[in-house]
This record gives sequence, C-alpha cells and structure tokens, in this order.
Amino acid sequence: MRTIEFVLNGQTVSVKTSLSRRLLDVLREDFRFTGTKEGCGEGECGACVVFLNDQLVNSCLLPMNAVIGQNVLTIEGFSQTRRYKEIENAFVDAGAVQCGFCTPGMVMATEYLLKNYKHPTEDQIKEGLSGNICRCTGYQAILTAVKRLFEEVESL
Amino acid sequence: MQISDRTDRIDSRDKISGQTKYIEDLHFKELHYARTLRSTVARGRIVSINYPAPVQGIWVVDRSDVPQNNDVAMIEHDMPVFANDEVNYYGEAIALVVGQDKNAIIEFMRDIEIVYEPLTTVFKMSEARQKSGYTFTDHTYKKGDLETLDFDTLVENTYKTGYQEQLYMEKQGVVAILENDIATVYGSLQCPYYVKNALMHCIGYDQDHVRVIQTATGGAFGGKEEYPSLIACQAMVAALKVKAPVRLIFDRREDIAFTTKRHPAEIEIKTYLKEGKIVGMSCLVDLDSGPYLGLSDVVLQRSLFTLTGCYAIDNLIVRGRTLKTNNVFAGAFRGFGAPQSMFALEQHMNQLAKKLKQDPIAFRRPYFVEKGMETSTSGFFHEDIYLDQMADKLIAMSDYQQLKDQAKEPYVGLGVAFVPHGGGFTGSGEAEHIKAIVKLRKASNGQIEILVSNVEMGQGAKTALSKIVASVLEIEIGRIVYKDPDTKYVPDSGPTVASRTTMVVGNLLSKAAKRLKHQLEAPGEILVTEHFKQPDYVVWNQEKMCGNAYMAYSWSAVLAKVHVDPVTLEITTSDIYGVYDVGIPIDERLLIGQIEGGVVQGLGYGLMEQMTSNEGIIQQNSFESYTVPTACDIPKIHSDWIENRYVDGPFGAKSVGELTLVAVAPAVASAVEDAIGKAICQIPVRPEMLLEVLNEDH
Repeated sequence: MRTIEFVLNGQTVSVKTSLSRRLLDVLREDFRFTGTKEGCGEGECGACVVFLNDQLVNSCLLPMNAVIGQNVLTIEGFSQTRRYKEIENAFVDAGAVQCGFCTPGMVMATEYLLKNYKHPTEDQIKEGLSGNICRCTGYQAILTAVKRLFEEVESL
Repeated sequence: MQISDRTDRIDSRDKISGQTKYIEDLHFKELHYARTLRSTVARGRIVSINYPAPVQGIWVVDRSDVPQNNDVAMIEHDMPVFANDEVNYYGEAIALVVGQDKNAIIEFMRDIEIVYEPLTTVFKMSEARQKSGYTFTDHTYKKGDLETLDFDTLVENTYKTGYQEQLYMEKQGVVAILENDIATVYGSLQCPYYVKNALMHCIGYDQDHVRVIQTATGGAFGGKEEYPSLIACQAMVAALKVKAPVRLIFDRREDIAFTTKRHPAEIEIKTYLKEGKIVGMSCLVDLDSGPYLGLSDVVLQRSLFTLTGCYAIDNLIVRGRTLKTNNVFAGAFRGFGAPQSMFALEQHMNQLAKKLKQDPIAFRRPYFVEKGMETSTSGFFHEDIYLDQMADKLIAMSDYQQLKDQAKEPYVGLGVAFVPHGGGFTGSGEAEHIKAIVKLRKASNGQIEILVSNVEMGQGAKTALSKIVASVLEIEIGRIVYKDPDTKYVPDSGPTVASRTTMVVGNLLSKAAKRLKHQLEAPGEILVTEHFKQPDYVVWNQEKMCGNAYMAYSWSAVLAKVHVDPVTLEITTSDIYGVYDVGIPIDERLLIGQIEGGVVQGLGYGLMEQMTSNEGIIQQNSFESYTVPTACDIPKIHSDWIENRYVDGPFGAKSVGELTLVAVAPAVASAVEDAIGKAICQIPVRPEMLLEVLNEDH
C-alpha cells in the first residue's frame, strides 16, 4: 500500500492503494465515480475508457503505478464542460442511447475523435468508435450524433 | 403532436452523463461479495468437496443452507438453486463463497477440491434423439392432409443454427439483503415478479416478506428473463446465512460461458410441390435445451407456431422437440425460438425460388397470408395484413431491379426474408398465466404515476409507456412518473418479455388513462386499476395447439446486399433494407432504434457470432473470442414502415422489439448463397465455413 497523488478531473487527489490496483477500481470504489463502467475487465469493450492525459485508455487495464502524477478525466469531470453538453444534446437528438451502459465510454471516445480530427471520413469515425461495443443501438444513431458534432465542430 | 412524432427519451441524459446507477454502482453498508463455485465436469456425481480450513470472514453457502426448496420456480421445477448430488453441466453452481475481501475469497476458492464420479454425458442432439429419456417435450400440430397429398416434387433440407449469446453490456448482477425482516433483492432483471415468486418458493417467505427492486438494467435481450431468478435465490440464501447484504455479480467470462443463451437448433423442412406450386410442407424443429427444461418448451412453441411464417400452406405438419443434453442450459433471447425456425423457413423459401428459377419476392407473393385466412394452427388472422404492399415498398425503396443487376456480378449477392412476430404470450397465456394488472395513480400534487412491473432495459419502455399515458391524458410527458419497478408498490403486470410491453401493457395503461382523464383535475389522490381481458377473437386450445396462437402479428420484409471477398472470403454487408408493420409506431425514433439494434444483432447471428460447445464447455467466453458487430461492421440500414392500426393496441400499436432481429440472418445468409452460388444451410456464415462449402466439389 502506498499513498499516491494524481490529478482527477482537474483536482489533485491522493489515495492509499496498492500500485497494482486497477484505475477502474480506484475510480469506482474509492471515489465512487461510477460513470466509468466495467463491461469485460479485459480491455475489449470500451465501457471503462477514461482520458489519461490526452490519451483514451481502458481503465480496467491500467495499474495505479501508471497513474502517479498523471491527469485523469472521467465522465464525471468531462460532463461539467460546455463541450460535453453539445455531445449530450447530439446523443439525445439522434437517439444514440438505449440501455446506457456503454454510453459514458462512447462519449469519451467521441470526445477523443473531436479533439484529434477536423474532418474525419466515415471510416475514421467508425474506427474511432470501434473499441466501444454497443449491443443495443446498432451504432447507426451514434454515428449520426458524432457526424453532426463534426458539422458543428467549428462552433464548439 | 401525433403519437409517432419524436419525443426525447426520458432516461437518456442521466445515462449519458454516467449518473444512472446500475446494480454494481449502488453502495450498501457491510456489503459482502459472492463468487460461484462451479462444477468442472459436464456431468458427474459429487463424491466429496474438500474445503480448506475455515477462514474468519469467509462463508460457504450451498444447498444445505436453502431454507425451503432447493429448486428454481419456473415452469418445471427441475433446476436446483445449488447442485444436489449430481452436476449436469460444466459450470453449474455448487456453492457460493462469500466474504468482504474479494482477494480472500479467490484465495479460499483456489484450494477447494471436488471429487466427481463421472456419469454418462450427451452433447449432440443426434445422440439425444437416439436415447430414451433425453427428449423433454415433443409436440406436433397438423393442418390439411399430407398423407394423401398429390405432389410431383419433394424438396428437403436440414438447417442448423448455433448458440447466440445476448452479451448485454451490463453483466448479470443482484444484491440480496434482509431489510426489516423483508427479503429484498435489487438487481438487473426483466421480470420482477418471476424473481419474487422464485424467492418465495426457495426461502419459504410469504408475499409480504419478499421484495424485488429492479435497478437500471444495462441490456437484457431475454438474458435477464429467467436467469436472475437463479442467482437471486442463491444470493438470498447467502444473505440469510451471513446476515449481511450479499452481492453476486458475474465477471464477463462466467457470464458468457454459464448463463442462458439462444438454443442451437436443427431443423428439417420438406416441401411438396405440384407443378411448381407449394402444396404441402413438413417441418421438424429440434432444440438443444441443455440439462434443464427451464423455458425451453415455451421457446420451442414460439418456434413452431411462427411456422409457416408469412405463408398460407394448406397441408402441413409441424413437429418439435426439446432435447436434453449436458451443454449449458439455453433460454430466452430476443425472438424466442423464431430466429431459428424463420432462418430455416426463409432460407428454404429462397432455395425453392432459386430451384424454380423465380425471383424470391415474386415467388413468395402467391402464398402471402391475408386477413381472415386460416393460420398454421387453424386459427384465423384477425387483423389487416399488407404483405404485398410491404413487398412493393421494399422493391421501391431498394431500387430492386438495379440491385439485381448489380448482384449479377460474381461475389455480390442479394437475399430476402419475410417474417412475422406474434405480440405477447402464446395462445391464452396473457389471460390464463399472466393476468396483467396495471395501475395509474394521480397524486395530490397532480403528478401521474405509472405502476407496472415492466422494466426499462434499454428498449425505451419508460418513454413509450409514459408517452402513451401523457397522450391519452393530453398532458406534458414531464407530469408522468415511472420509477424502476419495486414489487412493494407495483402490481404484477407481467414480465418484460415477448414484445408485450407496448402492445399489451401499454394498452392497459391507455385504458386506465381514459378512465382517469375526466378526474384529472379532481382534488386528492386517485388510483385507477385495469385488468387484462382477452379479446374475443383469441380462441386457443393449448392441448390441441389449435386456434389463434397470438393476439396479433407484426411483420417485416428485409433485403440484404453482401459482397464476398474472392480471396479471403470475408463477407461485407453493404446494405440492409427493411419494411415493417408494427401497427402505429408509438415513437418513430424509438422504432428506428429497435430496428437498427435488431438488424445489427441479427447480422451478428447470421454472419459473425460463433459460439460452440466442446464436451459441454463453451469455447468462446470473451469479447475477443466471441465477436459481435462493432461500428466497423455495420451496413447502411434503410428502414421504413407502413401504418396499420391495430384495434387492441394503444393508439393502434403492435409489438416491435423482437421482430426486428428475426429476418436479418436468413436475408444475409441468402445473400451470401446468392453471391457464391452454393447452398448455405447453417449460420453463422463465416469465411471458414464458406471455404468448406466452396471446397465440397473438389
């Protein structure tokens, strides 16, 4: 057990934990940030993705050792931003949400696309979302939402 | 506003921002975790279980702790809560190991040794058919007379379908807790009263001392119909022993490998032709049920009664069996038996059309059923049916002639399927078994609360039912309250299954709202109750399997276009066109969501999702090995519908949820068949299978 510090949603936090513990568990159990979900625990489904600095990472695969001193952004933090609100509205309008379990992860993947592309092709968008499994929507409504966000990206 | 106009889902913003609490997100004081000790043989007698020395804070919970009945109350009570002397499938629960420290549980379990005496196993349906005692149920219904039939050609084929795993994103999970002497289960589930009844039976508490609260459910697709009853009983037995809340949430690998999934099927269809016209048909459907009957016989019946699909066949015999094996036990999954029999029938119809050198849509038309005609079970179609118009619409929207020209290219193919889906329970099930009750409560603050046991699991039930009530009352949807069902407060309006929520429960709510409407501005609280009453036109004899098998049917017509890579044999579905008759859609956007989701799940069933059992062990137990469609795998989905008001549905609505999956697998499989010019009789159609099919000639 060690006390480590990292930046969580813009605030420096310290947590007493073993270094091999998964970031996912620390977020959910120690901070009760339960918007980050465990779908598979093997880095295959994307329900647990968060930002580590500028990268999208599966928090189920990330040991706390790799988090020391780093910047972590979860849906709880991101949802406080203006840009999040645009994504939320686009998802609602497109009907991109059904059971909702994959949705926070899908939002983070969308944000990653928005930050890293200006005019992505359809295939680039699909690829950008392909690490996030959704079993309800058939993806089409999610793609609609993301495409609309890119049309409006200048204003974001 | 019209009923079909788009309304924002009432649950979406909390889900997007991560605020919605699923079972794993809830906090309980003194929470204990449970892990399942599972059999490591497919069948055997348990000779001994050697546990390590007792550890402080670790409990073992097994059949000896069950207060009343060690079986799960379903149709037959043949499945134990915890294994008795024998285990009957690989992964069957023998005990729970419970404690507050997850690592200590895992450590304790590592040292448990179980000694089994092996018993005879059966894994293949071909073997189960031969052995006595391995057929659970066997049904036959007939129409006309096949024996004296005058025919000149017989076309027969056998079709096979594999397992399909629901793969809801949220795994199975419950928390059991004794709260003020009331045995309470919180969980991710579709049927609160199924779970409540199972708990009462297992622990022997009366109805006032058992309570089930559904928590936000991250997908279900039938996978949380009967299965949660089993784990709720296990967790509750543990909670009573440990005297603390017990949480049983599966990890993904055990969820995939050991929970119910779609039944593998072997289906034989024989068609009798006279001068190129179908004059009779014989169908035999076998389902691999696993070691316990569970819901398999109900699944089988839908499989059988959905035959002969959209077609009037005058002379018919349909037989089906549920076969007992030592594979994992199969159960409910969106479509409930129909995806298997409709794959076989539609693939067969396309093969007949090809054999007779006819266009597959034109070939089907003369057999389309119409209002007033006899159903396969000798009932009659009560409602208007517009299959010809749906076919016309499909042809127009897809530019069919042009597509057919494109499909003349090698390795490009088209496939069609026309499929019905009966809404609600089979036959008199709604009236005799479910007996749904709904309540609407006007609170003194003017809010209207929907009190039903049907759950939101992603399909949009909260929005659809709220919209129905708000539209009847002509009030803002924001005045409607619809909480996750808690059996303490809601009546038993039946399970959230069989595409019945909008059509059956929604109609009861619509009736209740009509009665409430004139009292809307009255002071104080008002409670309106509505009971299900079977429409007069539904006459059903379960013993003879004769009459109207369903209250009303929804219909779909689907066309798929695929490309097969000539080198890798990789299959790409470029387009799916679908025309649907779901009565009057309650919400266009919800309908489109069900269509697109069903299409992609059906596409997975037809082309991708391979799950096999080797000596009873599921071979694909992760997202990596069991591949479902990702955003990169989806086709363009073009959907449209016709409006066809149904008299006993709310605002004319019929069922939606399951229908949208069923036609897709035969449409894409037929398209692949068209692309490569070889018969395909098995799904999923994967490149490895195509290689075998193409090599058969050599």
